[in-house]
Amino acid sequence: MTVISHHIAEKLIAAHVAGQLPHVFSVVVAAHISVCDECRARAEAAEVLGGALMDSVGPVSLSSGALGRALAALDDEVPEPAPITRSGIFPAPVMQAMGGKPPAWRMLGGGVRQQILAADGEGSLRLLYIPPGMAVPEHGHRGLELTMVLQGSFSDSEGRFAAGDVEVAGGELDHQPIAGPEGPCICLAATDAPLRFHALLPRLLQPLFRI
Amino acid sequence: MQETISEQTLWLLAVRDQRDRQAFARLFDHFAPRVKAMLMRGGLRDGTAEDVVQDVMLAVWRKADQFDPHRAPASAWIYRIARNRQIDLVRRRPAPLPELLDEAPDTEPDAEQILALEQETTRLKAALLALNPEQTRTIEQAFLEELTHTEISQQTGLPLGTIKSRIRLGLDRLRKELADLKPE
Repeated sequence: MTVISHHIAEKLIAAHVAGQLPHVFSVVVAAHISVCDECRARAEAAEVLGGALMDSVGPVSLSSGALGRALAALDDEVPEPAPITRSGIFPAPVMQAMGGKPPAWRMLGGGVRQQILAADGEGSLRLLYIPPGMAVPEHGHRGLELTMVLQGSFSDSEGRFAAGDVEVAGGELDHQPIAGPEGPCICLAATDAPLRFHALLPRLLQPLFRI
Repeated sequence: MQETISEQTLWLLAVRDQRDRQAFARLFDHFAPRVKAMLMRGGLRDGTAEDVVQDVMLAVWRKADQFDPHRAPASAWIYRIARNRQIDLVRRRPAPLPELLDEAPDTEPDAEQILALEQETTRLKAALLALNPEQTRTIEQAFLEELTHTEISQQTGLPLGTIKSRIRLGLDRLRKELADLKPE
């Protein structure tokens, strides 16, 4: 396991566990947890809170026969789809977002390549390939951006980010990441849809996580 | 303070290790109505919620080998399965799931460690009870109901450590966060 020096904020992990993050951010969080025991522990602590809350809600009775149905189904053969697993530098959640296939790069010029994995009203998710020493192209984030390094490194005003690290950037951060000299940098970047983001802002986790 | 491992965790261990159907029935009686309550708060109608409860509880039976009582009380592990199923349904695509840890769950349970995690969970519950109704309502909404966005800001991380003790540390921090919310 690589040594991770840039983690994901506890409240962001808790929001992921609670199902409060747009899908594209959850992919990055799940990819990071796959390689970071510290953030896995944060996620599992948030699940304990979720479980405690679920345990304390007023239960709603099931229809009669529900338990019988479940017991009768215990021996059913259920075909399990083959799980998507890590492949090389791509953690399982990234492989899942790639549909289980290797990256299909599009050239952006200057040796930079990208593949858009998802883009919808909630945000976009892409893979970027940056040759050593090149600047990461501006991909128009005015809202939140999560970038996880999968290979190589990049550096910007916030520091150096190597494989496994995640940079969390808000709209106010004016950063120009440069790929490290040691080799091409491959990263996974999720951005929100800027117009949607601030409009929907919740009060939800505010008191707990002091957002 | 709780002095023995909870019966829910013992039932889930019996399901995991002995494929004990009676223990499964007890787990079902305890958790199915709570999972159903969460699903209905999340907007599912009664009939659909019942079907999803069946899915969730059967997943509990089938995936029991992944349950590690040193890392999660039964309620947390079942919460994860149920919440992910709910996310799948709401988003109409599978929730991204982290890779499982390589190490198999310890087959020889370390009662002291399991109990310590459960005691921390009990303290967390006590901290929840100390909140005012509005605060409780907000946290329940986030964890049990709406699946929406939230705003995030940056916060730096902590050094690495072993995962099991880290979960308890995380719980301790969550409990303190909750304690700080208490009205003066």
